[in-house]
Amino acid sequence: MATQTILEVRDLTVELATRDGISPVIDGLSFEVGAGETLALVGESGCGKSMTALAVMGLVPHPIGRIAGGEIRFGSEDLVAVGEDRLRDIRGNDISMIFQEPMTSLNPVYSVGEQIAEVLRRHQGLNHKQAWQHAVELLHAVGIPDAAARVSTYPHQMSGGQRQRVMIAMALACKPKILIADEPTTALDVTVQAQIFDLLRVLQRETGTAIVLITHDMGAVCELAERMMVMYAGRKVEEGTVDDVIANPRHPYTQGLISCVPHVTDDPSAERAPLVEISGIVPALRDFGADQCLFAARCQQVVARCAAERPVSNDFGSGHRVACWQAEVGS
Amino acid sequence: MEKVVIDEKPVEAARGPIAEVAGMFVKNHAAVVALVVLLLIVLAAIFGPAMYQTDPFEMVWAPFSPPGQEGFLLGTDYLGRDIMAGLLYGARVSLAIGLAAALMSVCIGITIGALAGYYRGWVEEVLMRFTEFFQVLPTLLFSMVIVALFGASLEVVTIAIGVVSWTAVARITRAEFLRIRELEYVMASRASGAGNFKLMAAVILPNALPPIIVQAALMVGSAILFEAGLSFLGLSDPNVVSWGQIIGSNRPYILDASYTVTIPGVAIFVTVLAISLVGDGLNDALNPKLRQR
Repeated sequence: MATQTILEVRDLTVELATRDGISPVIDGLSFEVGAGETLALVGESGCGKSMTALAVMGLVPHPIGRIAGGEIRFGSEDLVAVGEDRLRDIRGNDISMIFQEPMTSLNPVYSVGEQIAEVLRRHQGLNHKQAWQHAVELLHAVGIPDAAARVSTYPHQMSGGQRQRVMIAMALACKPKILIADEPTTALDVTVQAQIFDLLRVLQRETGTAIVLITHDMGAVCELAERMMVMYAGRKVEEGTVDDVIANPRHPYTQGLISCVPHVTDDPSAERAPLVEISGIVPALRDFGADQCLFAARCQQVVARCAAERPVSNDFGSGHRVACWQAEVGS
Repeated sequence: MEKVVIDEKPVEAARGPIAEVAGMFVKNHAAVVALVVLLLIVLAAIFGPAMYQTDPFEMVWAPFSPPGQEGFLLGTDYLGRDIMAGLLYGARVSLAIGLAAALMSVCIGITIGALAGYYRGWVEEVLMRFTEFFQVLPTLLFSMVIVALFGASLEVVTIAIGVVSWTAVARITRAEFLRIRELEYVMASRASGAGNFKLMAAVILPNALPPIIVQAALMVGSAILFEAGLSFLGLSDPNVVSWGQIIGSNRPYILDASYTVTIPGVAIFVTVLAISLVGDGLNDALNPKLRQR
């Protein structure tokens, strides 16, 4: 990647206080986001994808969670160290976020225009009229028909896809450098999903915003992302360009995730291999910090070393990094 | 720029939340009637004294003349004072104290409930223990103590009522804040850079208002009753006439001239009932569960 790095996460550790004690739900995570690129964070529920996003936004739930170590470098600043005031300036302005549930992510008591204008007034110092004007333009840009009239509608009068478009308009209002999209299409119809991806791609090309796409949908990854990072139990297990990782997954977990995806074929009567599942479940939170491979219990290629030592991340060329003792074996 | 096709059809014209609530309120006929009655009472309180210029403290006729006689529509009391004048002037005091005390307890309750529900942790512990302390005090006794200590003026009576009745609002507000603070749009607002005060006052509070509004409406009614109770006991400002005070001062003659206490009593009853029905109508209109039909 020749592009300049705009976000660099180093050894990030986020701890969550649970009934069983303190667990590192994100454990020594490092990654980078280049300007204008799209990075996908992939993994099943509870692997720390969303927590990573919240940590970058400075929104780790307080007081049960806290950033216990590491740094999040954004430009010349460390977002772990800067104060809440500075974080407030950054949120929605330099780094913004869209959420999974467009149905509940908009405030029901304000019109959508009011909600977009609010962000513009807060960060860009626009007055009421300018902000409203700009909100109309943004709604138009995200493909809402008759934006001038729809700007004063309320969220409950819009469909899920339209609300997600409004969320995107709101998130991109200040032309942020990074947009974190936390499963932006999970709650939407497949056809609307494709529209939202198209929209994100178009807007990314126009604004040069880097997108961090959080998802468990391999289709979405291939559709939108250039690089991907697979997470398991709060750790990075594999990272690389989407082409490399999909074509040649080296970590058994990544291999499992990819083989879990059902394939649609032309001939419905054709013989198909049974869908593979990754047996077992994600380890309990209290086991998260253990110095071993946390996937060992579910792994089919497990060796003695997996339970004894924490795998180190090795580079297999062109930024394809894998944390697995068996990675050399390949697929 | 490249246009993204979309196939969703637009919905009907925008209708704000206020128009929607008004639409639901109108469907509750009892509440509409109550609202009309309440408006008449309020108008009588505002314009009545100007149109009916009889001093409610002045002896205008022989004591105990029953309603309808000698041109005194509602009769005279034990000192020969015009009850009609007392009713009209008293409406002002009763309604004003009811509104002011309810407003005061809503302000205290929202502040305490919002801080407790938003910040959680030790802030919530301290504030809710404080609320419980006020909740277990016998309200009438406590307000009597306040009036006894600080003197029987309208301000003190209003404060006394407000101070003893905010706990319900605080608990409702806290419960709503606890629920709403976890909703995704609050997180989304935070993620777009909203600060704590903004989140509390402009994001969570407007969504928490419906049950608070209903409670506030009911509280106006109970504050009027409370004031009537205090002045019945002779603990309200003796220099201003209020409904409770008319009842209280005529109490010894209840067997000889029952109308002297019945008429202001009915006034209190009708007003409080109207307020309750309006509150009920607001509840129907504002409650999202009932709104689904």
